[in-house]
Amino acid sequence: MRVLLFGTCLVDTFFPEAGEATVRLLRRFGAEPVFPKGQTCCGQPAFNAGYEAQARAAAEHFLREFDGDDPIVTPSGSCAAMVKHHYPRLFRDDPKLLAKAKRAGERIHELTQFLVHVAKAHEAGLRGKGTVTYHASCHLTRSLGVREEPLTLLSSLKGAAFLPMPDAARCCGFGGTFMAKLPEISCALADEKAASIEATGADTVTGCDSGCLMNIADAMRRRGTKIRVVHIAQLLAEGL
Amino acid sequence: MSPEQTSLAFRANSVCALEDSALRAAMKQATDTFGTKRADAFAPVADLEALRDRASAIRDDVLANLPMYVDRFVASATRAGAVVHRAEDAATAREIVRTILADRGARRIVKGKSMVSEEVDLNSHLEAAGMEVVETDLGEYIIQMEGETPSHIIVPAIHKNRRQVGRLFADRLGVPYSDDPQALTKIARKALREKFLSADAGISGANFAATDTGSLVLVTNEGNGRMVTTVPPLHVAILSVEKMLPSLADLPAFLRLLPRSATGQTITSYVSVITGPRKPGDATGAKELHIVLLDNGRTEILAGESRDILKCIRCGACMNVCPVYRTVGGHAYGWTYPGPMGIILTTLLTGMKKSHPLVDASTLCGACVDVCPVRVPLVDLILGLRKRKVREGFADPRERRGMEAFGKAAAKPALFALGQRLAGAFWPLVRALGGKDVAGRMPSPAKTPLRRRLP
Repeated sequence: MRVLLFGTCLVDTFFPEAGEATVRLLRRFGAEPVFPKGQTCCGQPAFNAGYEAQARAAAEHFLREFDGDDPIVTPSGSCAAMVKHHYPRLFRDDPKLLAKAKRAGERIHELTQFLVHVAKAHEAGLRGKGTVTYHASCHLTRSLGVREEPLTLLSSLKGAAFLPMPDAARCCGFGGTFMAKLPEISCALADEKAASIEATGADTVTGCDSGCLMNIADAMRRRGTKIRVVHIAQLLAEGL
Repeated sequence: MSPEQTSLAFRANSVCALEDSALRAAMKQATDTFGTKRADAFAPVADLEALRDRASAIRDDVLANLPMYVDRFVASATRAGAVVHRAEDAATAREIVRTILADRGARRIVKGKSMVSEEVDLNSHLEAAGMEVVETDLGEYIIQMEGETPSHIIVPAIHKNRRQVGRLFADRLGVPYSDDPQALTKIARKALREKFLSADAGISGANFAATDTGSLVLVTNEGNGRMVTTVPPLHVAILSVEKMLPSLADLPAFLRLLPRSATGQTITSYVSVITGPRKPGDATGAKELHIVLLDNGRTEILAGESRDILKCIRCGACMNVCPVYRTVGGHAYGWTYPGPMGIILTTLLTGMKKSHPLVDASTLCGACVDVCPVRVPLVDLILGLRKRKVREGFADPRERRGMEAFGKAAAKPALFALGQRLAGAFWPLVRALGGKDVAGRMPSPAKTPLRRRLP
């Protein structure tokens, strides 16, 4: 099955390893990932900051690059939610683009959704190691409604112990441009999240959104904590 | 006290709050407790989602027909013997209340909790007219004594711990220091009892107004609300126009949602339904009831894209779960209403010019949307206000330039890839040039981005 891989601007620019891991996972489970070379960003930074014209420009470009009927897979709950829920609003006045946006929303899968519902990766006996806890990022959980899939995958790992985190779905304080506009609050929230992670005793924390993981990793650095922060794509790909 | 609005200083306010360890501990403890109690209270409510849908639909209907419902309420309340006053703005509302009180020679006023009275800054106006105004809700009593404003719409003194309250009472009331909540409550009750019995008038708010019966509904816990509205000979209620419920028969749905959402109670200790003043043969009730209906910009909000904020029933659940509110408390927001609903209402009621930093005081995490009992689309409303902020020119010019560049690059892959390379090359410089708040917290861009690693 051909799938279009939307890397997301953060993974593309800062965390290409998570993108490469996504490709390995997709291939292992019989999909043929194609990376449309002209892809950029879903437009969320502009959309969330109130710049609708710029968000629309990014979204129109996305719809061109990801045109067709193939499923779209992305290693980000936030970007998937942007396409699924906000694109239709951006194009509410344009019937042609609105139809495309709705179709893209149906075609897009956050990585763990695809791995569980389409690839059945949780039945493949992937290996893991050590102790792992999980941060449930906001848009993945509340906007996209993906709650169980990452847990299903993580608890299927042979040789790893999954340790649940209290208040796993509480915001880490990243919030896109929030991080830049109110850095003091952002750091305080990241510290609270880091303390929850530390309290689990896990040696690794994972999640489905690079922005949050980046913010959490920064809090870990500030606190001098030696807990590994890694995207779920990489964690799962290590067990192939 | 008459507080100046400080919403423009949200960031500076929040930095102060972050350094206040007592405030942060109190906020964490209280909001965690409310979160747990709320979840426990709703756990046995099997039809919760249907109940939220129903309450949401009732509130939608109220907003869709607000002028009609307000007229109906005015007629019903008048029939029941109340005198209804319409106040276009805060100044008018203050003056109406002052005149009612002054005309009857009222000097000693007891007051129940009312956020609308905070919104119009009623107390300072009455005090300037020589009246004594005593807040009788325990939390309000504490912050009035401290010269503060409420930092939560349900729990006004949420930011204080019991040791601070104990010291305050010892200082101001000359009682021996105690930090035992029961002892402190007893002290306040004793002081307040005398005020109730000697008051010339009581001022209250209202949670709802039933348009078919003309009744005011007060949902309270401490009994002070009932004292304020029934002991003094004169009762003045002040409420904003959107508090209408079409019928008293709609109340049960809201009584199932409001206390559970607010304090995690299945029902509050008191639910008062006040229909007109005391009638011949009634054992209690004020002899005279005046109702002040405040607009203060609501009609304008109703006509605009943010109208759904007027569905809000003031339970405070959105602030209890808001990561930002939980961390910095309510005073940082700089006006009457804090948290997610406060961001929206403050911006709409006081104007973008006085409040634009507030619209950025959200991570858009959506926790508020999950708990709102009447399904106010809080995140969408905040996003709408961010668009307005940009449209009206209140965005930081550097941000605007950055976003304009982003818009161009996002539609042109070659430009995007170039931007990526430049960011990589100049990252140390970006970091050095004051980008430490952001760039300093991010790793350097990868030497080879994903787009050049994949075939």
